[in-house]
Amino acid sequence: MELSGGEIIIRCLKDEGVEYVFGYPGGAVLHIYDALFRQDDVRHILVRHEQAATHAADGYARSTGKPGVVLVTSGPGATNAVTGIATAYMDSIPMVVLTGQVPQPVIGSDAFQEVDTVGITRPCVKHNFLVKSLDDLAITMKKAFYIATSGRPGPVVVDIPKDVTDPNTKIPYVYPEKVEIRSYHPVEKGHHGQIRNAVAAMQRAERPVIYSGGGVVLGEASEELTELTRLSGFPITNTLMGLGAYPATDRQFLGMLGMHGTYEANMAMYKTDVLVAIGARFDDRVTGKIEQFCPNAKIIHVDIDPASISKTIRPDIPIVGPVKQVLGDMIDTWKESAEDAEPQSLDKWWEQIEGWRSMNCLKYETNAEKIKPQECVETLYRITDGDLFLTSDVGQHQMWAAQYYKFDKPRRWINSGGLGTMGFGLPAAMGVQLAHKDAQVACVTGEASIQMCIQEMATCMQYGLPIKVVLMNNGYMGMVRQWQEFFYESRYSHSYVDALPDFVKMAESYGHVGMRVENPADLEAAMREAFAMKDRFVFLDVVVDPAENVYPMIEAGKPHNQMHLSPYLSSERELA
Amino acid sequence: MRHVIAVLMENESGALSRVAGLFSARGYNIESLTVAPTEDPSLSRMTIVTRGNEAIIEQITKQLNKLIDVVKLLDLSEGPHIERELMLIKLNTEGEYRNEAQRLADIFRGNIIDVTPSSYVIEMTGDSDKLDAFVRAVDNERIVEVVRTGSSGISRGSRGLTL
Repeated sequence: MELSGGEIIIRCLKDEGVEYVFGYPGGAVLHIYDALFRQDDVRHILVRHEQAATHAADGYARSTGKPGVVLVTSGPGATNAVTGIATAYMDSIPMVVLTGQVPQPVIGSDAFQEVDTVGITRPCVKHNFLVKSLDDLAITMKKAFYIATSGRPGPVVVDIPKDVTDPNTKIPYVYPEKVEIRSYHPVEKGHHGQIRNAVAAMQRAERPVIYSGGGVVLGEASEELTELTRLSGFPITNTLMGLGAYPATDRQFLGMLGMHGTYEANMAMYKTDVLVAIGARFDDRVTGKIEQFCPNAKIIHVDIDPASISKTIRPDIPIVGPVKQVLGDMIDTWKESAEDAEPQSLDKWWEQIEGWRSMNCLKYETNAEKIKPQECVETLYRITDGDLFLTSDVGQHQMWAAQYYKFDKPRRWINSGGLGTMGFGLPAAMGVQLAHKDAQVACVTGEASIQMCIQEMATCMQYGLPIKVVLMNNGYMGMVRQWQEFFYESRYSHSYVDALPDFVKMAESYGHVGMRVENPADLEAAMREAFAMKDRFVFLDVVVDPAENVYPMIEAGKPHNQMHLSPYLSSERELA
Repeated sequence: MRHVIAVLMENESGALSRVAGLFSARGYNIESLTVAPTEDPSLSRMTIVTRGNEAIIEQITKQLNKLIDVVKLLDLSEGPHIERELMLIKLNTEGEYRNEAQRLADIFRGNIIDVTPSSYVIEMTGDSDKLDAFVRAVDNERIVEVVRTGSSGISRGSRGLTL
């Protein structure tokens, strides 16, 4: 079978089992779009901005574990996609981004819509390719999917000059079953000796903590994590990216840790003697002050990426390997060795933790006139039975969602943790909804974030995506305002979002349902009404208390035991 | 600490910029970098001279290894190794300095490879310290230009950095 370059690309996607391509056409990809037009296997979702294409593919990938696929044109198509590529890179999301490029004879001549896509994306991709010959096209596609999805996943860009997809040049199509890259061999198995050492240390621990991150979600190791946690009886805390990997409603779960983590999680980190870090990368929002991070702990670090080990925190027992396999081995080793020596009793440790927990650090004051944002998330949790796929944008609303929506399953909490990309939530929700047709998908957002990709309401209309947008509207870039209140003597420099649109009318003008709630007494009924509209996109504009802050809070660069707690709980800044 | 890292990588366009980009993006310093294809035209061999404490060098080698184009690497400074650098230096040899320049070149085992009535070009190889010493030894006023390749390194003994 002889195919042109454009046809080969589409066939490769089909052979990779790709359901959706998120994209936007343009000059350099017209041959590929023509090939798309003449087939029914791969469905194209037309977004309204290339940034949204990458976020939608990202949401698809985060909620399914399968790679997201993007198709954009050269020049501005590619540069618009960069934010979404960098977002996926920071959170290790498998993604293949196909970018058109000007024809090879004019590359380097500053041709119309020419940019050096490979150069621009190099620092924010796992790898990228410029396809120089039609003969290399299929094998490059295979390599791109292989690299994106194996080892520590990440985005891969394939830049395709227009002449490579010329419909008049055809070659026989062969898609390789497997591909070998001599310079790329992801680790397949953790070192058993190190795993034994780790388990021995864990069994001697008096004040252990498991700290797990997004790697457990990406590595499909939620079951193993849960089993090891239950087997060991250890308390567990999750990073922002790791929420849902361990059921949040379980007693052993201490909540999220870090800058806006719970009192009990952060205090446990400060006091622990054995820290078991699994698929987490010691991000600065998690560690706080490095010198005082888990000051008395022996640290075990499990990660698939050798470069994550010792990047910021030097572990005592490093284990490089896929979390699923390593956790499985840890469970077996624990069971074997627990027969010989009874592990330490953790009763005293749990007693201390329960003491911290009893402070109820997430408690907040309700108000008869103003809707509290925390209340908004709690109501959302209640009326959806905790069963949402929930995406978010970036800022206060993201933290409140992470704190108050209790995720019991992995891949349900979809947010931009590493890069912190405003505008992520709505397009990501589109990818999630397409992947899970019958599931309830909502996007928690703020009035600043939502406006960064709000044009995607048109995409939602075109494809009938019944997403629920829950806008917690406080009229501020809330997180910026909070920092300005704390650290800049309340000089709210440009954090007030003036001239807001009428979101209800805006949603309606796109053909959707818009609703606005201002009164706490109306919140639950409005939310129920919105979610009862199963086949409609509903934009719920919830006016919340503009003065509310996210607590607890550890200032950047401070240790875990120095938390600001809600003034409602205590006026003390340092409790420990 | 000064480290010499030998890298075997795919001989593909863009591979060099991935390495250079990695160093600038992560704030590592490069003292020198040399690269050329090997006997196997699909592979390039690079020698990077860099400085940093143990933790930084560990990250540099890990991050380099993470690049898809990097096939293998070795921190040569962990064991006995040889470094050589080539220098071409052009001196103004008008007047009395002509004989002095030739004597110095001989002492340092350099070769004069271009001669005009008023200049020499001297070719010299050695480790970087030796070339530094020669540059210090000649009269600074007489130096027209200095071209150095940066260090290339290889380990001592029978084993090599191969596929």
